[in-house]
Amino acid sequence: MNFRSKVYKYGDNVDTDVIIPARYLNITNMKELSAHCMEDIDKEFIKTVKPGDIMVGEENFGCGSSREHAPAVIKESGVSCIIACTFARIFYRNALNIGLPIIECPEAAKNIKSGDDVEIDLTKGVIINHTSGQTFDIQPFPEFIQNIVNAGGLLSYIQKQD
Amino acid sequence: MGMTMTQKILAAHAGLDSVVAGQLIEANLDLVLGNDVTAPVAINEMDKIGADKVFNKDKIMLVSDHFTPNKDIKSAQNAKQIRVFANKHDITNYFELGEMGIEHCLLPEKGLCAPGELIIGADSHTCTYGAVGAFSTGVGSTDMAAGMMTGKGWFKVPEAIRFNLTGKFNKYVSGKDLILYIIGLIGVDGALYCSMEFGGEGLKNVSMDSRFTVANMAIEAGAKNGIFEVDDITLAYVNDHVKNREWTAYTPDADAVYKRVIDIDLSKLESTVAMPHLPENAKPVSEVAGIKVDQVVIGSCTNGRMEDLREAADIMRGKKVAKGVRVIVLPGTQKIVMECIQEGIFQTFIECGAVVSTPTCGPCLGGHMGVLADGELAVSTTNRNFVGRMGHVDSKVILASPAVAAATAITGVLTDPNKL
Ligand code: SF4
Repeated sequence: MNFRSKVYKYGDNVDTDVIIPARYLNITNMKELSAHCMEDIDKEFIKTVKPGDIMVGEENFGCGSSREHAPAVIKESGVSCIIACTFARIFYRNALNIGLPIIECPEAAKNIKSGDDVEIDLTKGVIINHTSGQTFDIQPFPEFIQNIVNAGGLLSYIQKQD
Repeated sequence: MGMTMTQKILAAHAGLDSVVAGQLIEANLDLVLGNDVTAPVAINEMDKIGADKVFNKDKIMLVSDHFTPNKDIKSAQNAKQIRVFANKHDITNYFELGEMGIEHCLLPEKGLCAPGELIIGADSHTCTYGAVGAFSTGVGSTDMAAGMMTGKGWFKVPEAIRFNLTGKFNKYVSGKDLILYIIGLIGVDGALYCSMEFGGEGLKNVSMDSRFTVANMAIEAGAKNGIFEVDDITLAYVNDHVKNREWTAYTPDADAVYKRVIDIDLSKLESTVAMPHLPENAKPVSEVAGIKVDQVVIGSCTNGRMEDLREAADIMRGKKVAKGVRVIVLPGTQKIVMECIQEGIFQTFIECGAVVSTPTCGPCLGGHMGVLADGELAVSTTNRNFVGRMGHVDSKVILASPAVAAATAITGVLTDPNKL
C-alpha cells in the first residue's frame, strides 16, 4: 500500500470528542456524520480535505471514547492514513478493524508539519517527507494485523476465514 | 515468568498456560456489551456482510442509555434498531426503558460480571467491571459485531502498572479522589496499553462503589483495563449478585513483572478535582476553591451509585442550592432510583432545589438533559472534561467527587466539603 498527499497536523491528545463531538452521535450514517469531523479544533478541515490526504498527530491520538465513529469519519472524510507518536488503544484497534491504516512513528510524527507533502510506503516500511526531504523507517504490522488491514477490516477478514 | 491478574485471565480465555506482554491472542468472550451509540453501527456492519446469527443469546447485553428516553427522532430510530435486533435474536439481557440503567451501573447490578471473566463492550468505560476482578475492556463497534458473531476477540496482552494501597480515606474522600489523583500523577496516557492493577492492605478500606469509580476511569489514564484483587468485599458483592454460574478469581503471581509499582497511602489523599480540559489536570480542591459554577451534575456511570448519592444527599440535607446554580442528579439504574426514593434521598435533593433525572447518560456527553451553553462551567462527577464534552465548545467541566459536587451546589462556587 502506498499513499502520497498533503498533511493535516495536530498535537497531543487529540480526543474522540474533538474528532467527532458526542452531541452528533445520534447520527449513525458515517457520510452524514463526517460533516462534523474535527470541527471543534479545526473548522477548515472538512472544507478542504481531499481524498488521500494524511492526518498526523503526536502523543495519545484518539484518546477518550470507544466510538468507532471517530476513525470512521476520518476515513469517510477521505484521509488515507494516520501517523502519530502513539495512539490510544481503542482508537488503534478500531482504525485497523475498519481497515484504516495507522502508523506509530514518533520521529516522523514530530517532524512532519501541516501542509507537508508526505509519502507512505507500507510495503517498503518507509515514510518520506518530500517537503523536508527526510525519510523515516516504520515497523511492519504483525502478520495477524496485516491480514486484517489487507482484508479491508476485521469483519471481511472473519468472513474470508469461514 | 510470573503473570499479572489480567495476563492470567487472558491466558485462561485463550486456552493457553501462559502469555507474555505484547503477545497477540484470540480469546473467548464471556459477555459482549453495546449501547445506543455503538450497537447500531455494529448491527449495520453485521447486516452489511449478511451475518444473521449471534454466538450466544445469553452472552450479549444491549441497553439504550445515551440518548434515552429518546431525545429526538434519530435516537428513537437507533433505540428501535436495537430493540428489533434484540427481539430477532431473543437476546436475554436486553434492557428496555423501565428496567434499564446506565450500562456500567446496570451490568454489575444484574450479576453479569464475575471475577475472572472476560468482557468486552463497545463503550470505553467497559473497564468498570475490573472492580469485581474481571478483565473488561472497551472496544469499537466492529469488535462488538465480531464478538456477537463469533464469541471471540483479539487482544494484545498488556503489561501492568501495580498500585499498592495502604491506609484509609479521610472523611469526604473516596474512589473518585483516588483515581483523579492517579491520573494527575501518571497523565492521560500514563497507562497506555497497560492494565492498572490494584491491591494492597488498604483495599479493605475501599468500598465496592469506590472500586467501580476507580476502575471506570482507568481508560482516562489510557489503560486497557483496571482490575482489583478479589477480597472479602468483592466476595460479598459477587455472592449477592452473581447467581447462575461458576467463576474463578485470579491472583497475581508473586513474581509477576510490573512496568511500574506505585504505592499510595489513602490517608494522604485530599478531595481532588480535574480542571478543564483533561482529566490529568488534577488539583486538590483546596487549591482551586472559589471558582463560580453554573451547573452541578451528580451521578453517571462514574458516581451514580447508592454510596455516591447518599454522600451527596448527606451534605445537601436541610440546605438550599445556591441561587443561579442548576443541579442535576443522574442516578445509575432504576433499582438505585427505587432505593433513593425509599431512603428519602430524592426528597432531600428536591427540597434542596436539585432536579432528579431518570437513569440516562444525558449531559455527561453533552447529549441532552443539561447541555451547557457557551462560557458556562459545570462541576460534574462524570469522567471526562474534554473540550465540548458537555455542550458548547466554549463551556468547561471540572471533574469532582460527589462530596465536592454537593458542597459546590450549596455555595455556588467550587468548594472543599470540609470547609462547608
Ligand atoms: S454516563 Fe457518560 S461516561 Fe458513562 S456510559 Fe454514559 S456517556 Fe459514557
